[in-house]
Parts: sequence; C-alpha cells; structure tokens
Amino acid sequence: MTPPENDGVPRIRMRGVRKAFGDKVVLDGVDLDVPTGTSLVVIGGSGSGKSVLIKCILGLIDADAGSIEIDGRDLMTMERAEREAARARIGMLFQNGALFDSLPVWENVAFGLLARNHLSRAKARELAADYLAQVGLAASVGELSPSELSGGMQKRVALARAIAAQPDILFFDEPTTGLDPIMGAVIDGLIVDCVKRLGSTAVAITHDMASARRIGDAAAMLYQGRIIWHGPAEDLMHSGSPEVDQFTHGRREGPISMALRR
Amino acid sequence: MAGGFTGAIALRDQQGATQQGGTGSSVAKAGMNTFLDVLATIGRALLDACRVAGAIAIFGATGLSHLVRPPFYGRLFFRAMAEIGYFSLPVVALTAIFTGMVLALQSYTGFARFSAESAIASLVVLSVTRELGPVLAGLMVAGRIGASFAAELGTMRVTDQIDALSTLSTNPMKYLVAPRLLAGVIALPLLVVVADILGVMGGFIVATLKLGFVPELYVQNTLNFMQTQDVVSGLAKAAVFGFIITLMGCYQGYNSRGGAEGVGAATTNAVVSASILILAFDYLLTELFFSR
Repeated sequence: MTPPENDGVPRIRMRGVRKAFGDKVVLDGVDLDVPTGTSLVVIGGSGSGKSVLIKCILGLIDADAGSIEIDGRDLMTMERAEREAARARIGMLFQNGALFDSLPVWENVAFGLLARNHLSRAKARELAADYLAQVGLAASVGELSPSELSGGMQKRVALARAIAAQPDILFFDEPTTGLDPIMGAVIDGLIVDCVKRLGSTAVAITHDMASARRIGDAAAMLYQGRIIWHGPAEDLMHSGSPEVDQFTHGRREGPISMALRR
Repeated sequence: MAGGFTGAIALRDQQGATQQGGTGSSVAKAGMNTFLDVLATIGRALLDACRVAGAIAIFGATGLSHLVRPPFYGRLFFRAMAEIGYFSLPVVALTAIFTGMVLALQSYTGFARFSAESAIASLVVLSVTRELGPVLAGLMVAGRIGASFAAELGTMRVTDQIDALSTLSTNPMKYLVAPRLLAGVIALPLLVVVADILGVMGGFIVATLKLGFVPELYVQNTLNFMQTQDVVSGLAKAAVFGFIITLMGCYQGYNSRGGAEGVGAATTNAVVSASILILAFDYLLTELFFSR
C-alpha cells in the first residue's frame, strides 16, 4: 500500500468542519492541517468533540458541513468505493481497545488482514504473532481471549491490530486512559516506535499532558467546537493562550468555565 | 399525517390568539385546546411509530441485501444457526411437549361433555402444527435469542466494537446482521418441526397413558387429520417469526446508545417488540393462509 505523492499537500486537511447533534453544536468550523509524517496531538476537555472529530475523519460520523481532505482528496465528495479505499489506509486505536470479545487475541490482530488480503488462517496467525511481538507480547497471548488480558495488554493488542495493515495514517483515541503512569509511558513509547517504523502520519487525542508531549510533534486545542491553539507540542505548557495554559496546568480558575463544559 | 398534525397546532394557536376578550366561551375554548393537545400527542406518537417502522424496514432490507453480495461469513452463519437452533432446542422441546399434554387434557374435559372425545387427536395435531408449534417456539426463541442478539450487538456498539469493524474494512451489517437474519429464517422452521412432533407426542402420552385411548387408534386419527397445508403453513410462519426475532434483536442492539442502561433497554425492547410482532403476524399469516 503506497501512499500517493502529495507535494507539500498536508496528509489531512480539515476546513470549516461542522457537526451538531440536535441543538448541540460539537464542531463549529474546525480548520486543521496534519503534514505527512508528523504526529499531531489534539487536547481538549471532556465532551469537547475530540472523538467526534476523529470519527468524522474516519467516516463513522458524517460531518454536517466543511471539507475533510486526505492527500488533497475530499472524503465527503468521494464515491463510496473510493472512500472505503481511503479508509483502508487508516488504522485506529480506540479508547477502550474495542477488541472483539468473541474472537481470540490473534484473530483480533489479524482481523483486518483476513478481511482485506484473504490470507489463510494459518498465515494470518503467523503474522499476528509478529505484530504481537512488535508490541512486546508473546505469541502465546494470541491464544487468549481479550477478557483474560489486563488493561495495558488490551491496549497493546489494540495497537497491534491498528498497525497490522501498515496504515499511512494512525489515530489514537486517548491511548493512555485508565493505565498506570508506567504502562502509559510504555504505550506511548510503542506508539512513537510504530509511527516511526511505518512512517505514518498520526493524530492522537488525549487529556494526558505527559502523553501529549511524548507522542506529538505538534499539538492543537479544541475548545467550544473550534481549534483555538495550534503549535509545537513542546510549547504546550507555555503556549501563551490562557485557555490552553489553564487546561494543561489543570487550574480551576481561568477562562474555561466549568458551566460551559456540558 | 404531518399536515394534519401541523394544522391542529395552528388551529390551537389561532384559538389561543382569538381567546383574548372572550369570557363566556373561555371554558369551551380551553376544552378545545385540551382536545387539540391530545390530538397533537397522538399525532406525534403516530409519526414516531412511522419513523421507527421505516427505520426497521430499511435496516432489514439492508441486512438482506448483504446476503447476495460477497464476502459471505459462513462461520458466523453456522454459529448463529447453532445458537438459534441447537441451543434453543431444550426450551422449545419442553414447551411443546407440555403444551401438547395440557391440550389433550383440557380438550378431553370439554369434549367429554358432548361425547366427542375421539376428536382430541385431530384437535391436538391441528392446533400444534398450525398455531401452537410456531407461535410458542417463536415466543420462546424471542426471549432467548432476541435478548441475546440485542445484548451482544448493544455491547459491541457501546464499546466501539462496531466502529472498529468499519475501520477494519468490514461492513458491520454484512458481518453482524446478515448471517443472523439468514440463520433465523432457516433455524426456526427446523425447531418448529421438532416442536410439532413433540407437541403431538405430548398429546399422545396423556391420551394413551391417562385417558385410556388405544395407542394405534390415536396415531391413526392423528395421521388421518394431519394435512400438508397445516404443517407447511406452520413452517412458513416459523420462517417469518425467525426473521422478525433476529431482525428485532439486531436492530435494537445495533442502534443501542448510552452504556449499560442502553443495552438493557435494547434487550427489553427486542423481546417485547419481537413478541408483539409475532402475535400480530400470526394473525395476518393465518388470514392469508386460511381465510376463504
């Protein structure tokens, strides 16, 4: 799967993306560029629309307005088959792993390979063991059920599943949520390694500032449906934006009112 | 319908506007407003019902359309067949056999008053094959499988597993819904064949061991009165019920929202809606097969 040449066009470009659920406007004109081969971290409060943003790019939710381009091609105006092909270039690590309970771990990891490449089950099982090794898990883990794994192991399996198809673009939805700080750091390290090895473009959403600085080249903050700050990840803690500073330092007082965060 | 509903509200607003200054007729106008509010509520409920019926129809048609387009998930189909057919066998078998026994006992009590005890065999076979076999099997399977499918798909929905399927180049309707619909249409008639045999056998046991019927004569009477049309119509009903049960289980689970509470509600809705639809379609199909 070779990504198209893009001559300086960002791998992901969003312009004026809007999404409302009934009266509640979640995304209110989001503009965002993610250059090829870089990692962007999107931060924002609970319910600020970070997950909706990713789901709009993935096509799991249809945006109401705006454009979402991958390599300069607007996903929202593509034919269905073309959109499916574009989606196949994206890997996703869900917040809770979203592993399939009814399948053993190896089949979870190889699920996309079996669906796309029509491999034999024996070959898929071999490949699954390779990908499990890449995230630091033994091949024997492949025989277990997801419910037999700890939270950290589930995240690793989900990461192995996300990278199995060697995607050009990787999304991470709160990859360290629910993990202890050490396991969080381990998962972040694996994410950085995988993204580097695949040469992918990555978008991660997180509340965890340590994780944001470890994963991201750049960072953006989503607030009240818009991107209010976008800059290098190392500037997160001294961004100059009162909202970002309040959020990253976890201050109670500041421009972000709890009353507004519904 | 929407026009009538909007019209009712407009009329109510007009009534409200012209109410100023009116004294003697204010009570009558208040009554009219209450009446229009009731109409509006009924209209809203009807519109909601139409919307849901349309959504279920589209969901079912989409699921069926995936049965004729590759890829096909044979393993999932056979797993659903086992779950619906094999694992529901004990509950359906017990229901059928006890129903046949009770039917023989109750009909003997009634028929003895008219010296028509010999009609018990025909009543049992006719009732079981035409009605009780498919309906009771359908209701039992609705409780077991409708709830199970709704809970499984509902949990997959709220834990993002359905979204994960989409990101792995797999259509969730094709993977989760189509094999279950097909399995329901095939497995329930097979269960009803078993239910028919055991229901008749239940009647036979009570008639011969308790009521003193001659076994050969009872079997002969049963065979004489059993008609192909009765059995076939029962199996056709079972196929429709199988579709309804799996459709409602999948629809409610697939569209569940809101965590554990949403999954619980989906499960309840799947069983209740499937049970009501089974009874409604039972009447419609009986009308279709047997009305002259």
